Amino acid sequence: MTRSYPEKDSSFDSSGLVRANFSSRTLFNNMMTGVAFLLAAMAVIPLFAVLIYVTVQGITSISPSVFVELPPPPMVEGGGFGNAILGTVMMVGIGALISVPFGVMASIYLTEFSTGKVSRWVRFATNILSGVPSIIAGVFAYAAVVLTFTTLGWGSYSPIAGGIALSVLMLPIIVRTTDEALQLVPKDVRQAAVGLGATKFQTVWGVVLPAAVPAIVTGTTLAVARAAGETAPLLFTALFSQFWPQLWPPDAFLQPTASLAVLVYNFAIVPFKNQQQLAWAASLILVLLVLITSIITRYVTSRKA
Amino acid sequence: MSSTGAKENSGIFQPPTALDKRLDSGFVWLTRLFALGIAVLLLWIAFQVAKDALPAIQAFGLGFIFQSAWNPVTNQFGVLPQIYGTLVTAFIALLIAVPVGVGTAVILSENFLPLKVRTILVFLVELLAAIPSVVYGIWGIFVVIPLLRSTLGAWLYSWFGWFPLFSTPLAGPGILPASLVLAIMVLPIITAISRDALTSLPPDLRQASLGLGATRWETILQVLIPAAISGIVGGVMLALGRAMGETMAITMLIGNANTINTSLLAPGNTIASLLASQFAEASGLQVSALMYAALVLFILTLIVNIFADLIVQRVKRI
Repeated sequence: MTRSYPEKDSSFDSSGLVRANFSSRTLFNNMMTGVAFLLAAMAVIPLFAVLIYVTVQGITSISPSVFVELPPPPMVEGGGFGNAILGTVMMVGIGALISVPFGVMASIYLTEFSTGKVSRWVRFATNILSGVPSIIAGVFAYAAVVLTFTTLGWGSYSPIAGGIALSVLMLPIIVRTTDEALQLVPKDVRQAAVGLGATKFQTVWGVVLPAAVPAIVTGTTLAVARAAGETAPLLFTALFSQFWPQLWPPDAFLQPTASLAVLVYNFAIVPFKNQQQLAWAASLILVLLVLITSIITRYVTSRKA
Repeated sequence: MSSTGAKENSGIFQPPTALDKRLDSGFVWLTRLFALGIAVLLLWIAFQVAKDALPAIQAFGLGFIFQSAWNPVTNQFGVLPQIYGTLVTAFIALLIAVPVGVGTAVILSENFLPLKVRTILVFLVELLAAIPSVVYGIWGIFVVIPLLRSTLGAWLYSWFGWFPLFSTPLAGPGILPASLVLAIMVLPIITAISRDALTSLPPDLRQASLGLGATRWETILQVLIPAAISGIVGGVMLALGRAMGETMAITMLIGNANTINTSLLAPGNTIASLLASQFAEASGLQVSALMYAALVLFILTLIVNIFADLIVQRVKRI
């Protein structure tokens, strides 16, 4: 197909289509682009400022001994926060033990069995729960657990109370990620299972849930990483301790317990250099924890998509 | 699985037994119980806090909100300075975070940068939200406060010291450093939700505007942002809720002074940091007063979050 066009269409004046580089509209446009890039840079700079500063301060004070030794008194060199690491693991573990089954069961109901109205209300409650300030979760656990334990004579501050406070904060994260994961499982899979004669329980337990497991694990990992850095809910539920957590009866899980996050808080506001250095080391561990879990979960989810 | 035992005896084609059916409906009921448990938990939190606040509610009534004394020795309690601090820090934080967050959202939703770079930027902003509050706190103590004291704080005091907002020197912790760090912490929420709102707009809007000869920024400012405004407002509301409830970073940076000071460079307090700094050592009526303060904070954030959620949900449905 050959067809020749005139070299120049004389009936159309194209000079009006030229972009005027110095018109006020173009200048405003370019200026706004610059402003927007400046704002985006302002958003990202604090991240690097925090990461770099925490890394520099933390790396100089991390040594193998900080993982196994007890916090030192003021002005005494050495020591570590082995008890705080163990305490954090205990409390996050308790939190996960409560919130994972609770959250997974709840989201199974939301996606598999519920009517629109109930699920809308429960999802609304989940959103509101995720907006509850972390300190309120602490106040709640104090009122519901610490005061109860005191009246029962089981001591007062405990990792159980801390774990329960953390579970309140982990629950909405787990419900939301599991809910999304279950909704992504294709309808066909469920219909095939039901068509083969599976009961509801068999369909969910044997077919739908296994398909969603990777996403549930991702959500749990995120929730665990967030919970490990939470300080406010632990301040007056688990309190703090200079000693190793109690793991054996009669006082198992019933004594005040140290955690990494509370250690950072306690040691950041004292004027003693050695304790401040430990606070930086603990901060670095907390930051690395969220950094690594975020990168892994990001990698896993992006590879699947 | 519950029925494998029965099936082994009589082949695969076996209708579910009575036990299977019982288990099945039991399972559905169990999941329903847990789902309703979420709503129950929310009510339980409210009830528990309100119940333990009752002695203070009876002692002080609504006057608690308008009193500014906080004296455990004489058992006089009021949270006006803390409410003031909560609102002021949240307001300043939003004043900074809204333009920065929306500007970042525009960069992330337009095609200024290649998609790969934008994906990395989105991830970086998400990371900003993942850093623990207490780490922002220690960073604020050792970096932000010294920096502000020698630069912005000193400058504001020396040039605008006659103005009530800047009438004291920045001696250390104060409302300004707390608000600045708070702005960093709520920024990711505003960016994430504004970006969602902007990217979910129909492409026709942009094409029509560009086709009519508008420049890119005329399109953004006069078409896209107005169309996405309800999503952006929802994100700002969520950020407000988060800012009011934020505890650790503020406790470490605000100075915990239970007085109202007009100067932003002076120490103040918020409800959340009052709870964080006093709860562990409190006893008697003070515990109850703190519970009352927690109830006030809970109601404030509840109202903001409910509005935010309603707005965001409405946007999602459209």
